[in-house]
Amino acid sequence: MHEVAVTQAIIAAITEKTGEARIRLVRLEIGVLSGVLADAVRFCFDLVAEGTTVEGATLVVDEPPGSARCRDCGGEFGADHLILLCPACGSAHADVLSGGELRIKSVEVSPECAGPAGARA
Amino acid sequence: MCGTCGCSSVTVELEQRVLARNDDLARRNREWLAERQVLAVNLMSSPGAGKTTLLERTIRGLGGEPVVSVVEGDQETAIDAERIRATGCRAVQVNTGAGCHLDASMLARALRELDPPRRSVVFVENVGNLVCPALFDLGESYRVVIMSVTEGADKPLKYPHMFGTADLVVLNKVDLAPHLDFAVDTFAGHLRQVNQRAEVLPLSASTGAGVGAWCGQLRDWA
Repeated sequence: MHEVAVTQAIIAAITEKTGEARIRLVRLEIGVLSGVLADAVRFCFDLVAEGTTVEGATLVVDEPPGSARCRDCGGEFGADHLILLCPACGSAHADVLSGGELRIKSVEVSPECAGPAGARA
Repeated sequence: MCGTCGCSSVTVELEQRVLARNDDLARRNREWLAERQVLAVNLMSSPGAGKTTLLERTIRGLGGEPVVSVVEGDQETAIDAERIRATGCRAVQVNTGAGCHLDASMLARALRELDPPRRSVVFVENVGNLVCPALFDLGESYRVVIMSVTEGADKPLKYPHMFGTADLVVLNKVDLAPHLDFAVDTFAGHLRQVNQRAEVLPLSASTGAGVGAWCGQLRDWA
């Protein structure tokens, strides 16, 4: 399950940017074509965040739907998996337009808050 | 306002790619390899597809020109690195423990230890897994997915991320094809649905059939 490694990367990137500040909320963007399962990140988020400034933060995950553009007919279509098949002309030559996102959008920080007892500030 | 102490909270826009750090390390690996004119080939497959057997055969097939060294990735044991060393080739074993893939920092450490000579080839045998390694750029020059005929022709459709990322697909164990219901055309058709550029190179690492074409491809890349 690479989502543990992905979640570790998320926590590390956040703490690198925000230092000692307590994190209240984390907003991620995990597209349906990204290769990362949003539910698996939700599952391990609290565990990976334990002992860091992100511990106890609320996790909000936006899951942009997938879309693609056909290279042959130029048509755009929705895609919920990576087997891209243009519904208009049947071509498999298509480029992903959206759904591949794997980003940390923003965090809410409380600069002065020491956080819950037991957690590292 | 936060519920713990009543302090005010502020939103910090990060807009950062989750794998930015890995991708940055991968870019540094790529630069390190380019400076030394080293070709790095990331070999990925399910467990048992024949990566190590193909490497043993490839090392013999290339006959030291170019020089080959190997980074072996496995969760546990140094069995594969020992197999490679038995061919006379240098190998570094990376054990990922609970990890299911190699990442760019692991390869960076392994490359420093391996210290490959200039104008040589480094094979990176990734952890046997058709899911997780697809996501992590190592800084490799090429990605090769190895698939054996015993695994079934539908695998590209079941693992589109992995097959979609391949520069070349090696179809291994073709000597077993007469005993199996495996249609190469069907497989190639499924591959085309997720990857329009990767060619299929059929071979048998155990009999050596097709290994000459594979070695030719490697020499072209190097």
